[in-house]
Amino acid sequence: MTVRVQESDFDISAEIAALRAGNPKIGAIASFIGVVRDLNEGDAVSTLTLEHYPGMTEKSIEDIITQARGRWQVMDALVIHRIGTLKPLDQIVLVVVSSGHRGDAFAACEFIMDYLKTRAPFWKKEQTSNGARWVDARASDDAAAQRWRQ
Amino acid sequence: MITLLYFARLREALGQSSELLALPNGVATLDGVRALLAARGGAWAHELATGRAFRAAVNQAVASGETPVKDGDEVAFFPPVTGG
Repeated sequence: MTVRVQESDFDISAEIAALRAGNPKIGAIASFIGVVRDLNEGDAVSTLTLEHYPGMTEKSIEDIITQARGRWQVMDALVIHRIGTLKPLDQIVLVVVSSGHRGDAFAACEFIMDYLKTRAPFWKKEQTSNGARWVDARASDDAAAQRWRQ
Repeated sequence: MITLLYFARLREALGQSSELLALPNGVATLDGVRALLAARGGAWAHELATGRAFRAAVNQAVASGETPVKDGDEVAFFPPVTGG
């Protein structure tokens, strides 16, 4: 598995090519990209600044991937999360999962993203038309992570 | 000594990102550390009151009030996470 926290942007084609290189057992690759929106809670967002807890962030994402591997047939997984100041249209997060079959790849990719949203120590501060504010955690994200427990 | 770390909204409200703290006798859990900090009053009492929506970690693992804390540990307080 690979986990990277970085300021720079990522290239999904290059990342997927590296993940699957030379492995003919892979039958499915699922990916998710999170992107900065220009509107949140009714206010225009001009920039988003992401803070994280170095060390714990990487550990928590590695733990989430390990949990996914315990539930589905996952050959490899990659998570890249950007930090620093981003603006609307920018990519924030990438999750890529390779597997023998699509069902496992789709499920593991969604699980990793749902758990990342509620467990990985990142915080967003947005600059809006109404000033700067820390983004509040959403109950809908907790609910999305919770349904994997059933 | 323990290392205390504060992130995001808590870091701003408390006016610092880290500090070293000598662990007094009798303080051996995360909730003990929280109570010690809350007793400073002001923003500390407000942000670290029981019932406030904050999270904590001991040695970079998510922790609860009963989690043991000992000399040399890294203890972090932060708001609910909002990445992704």
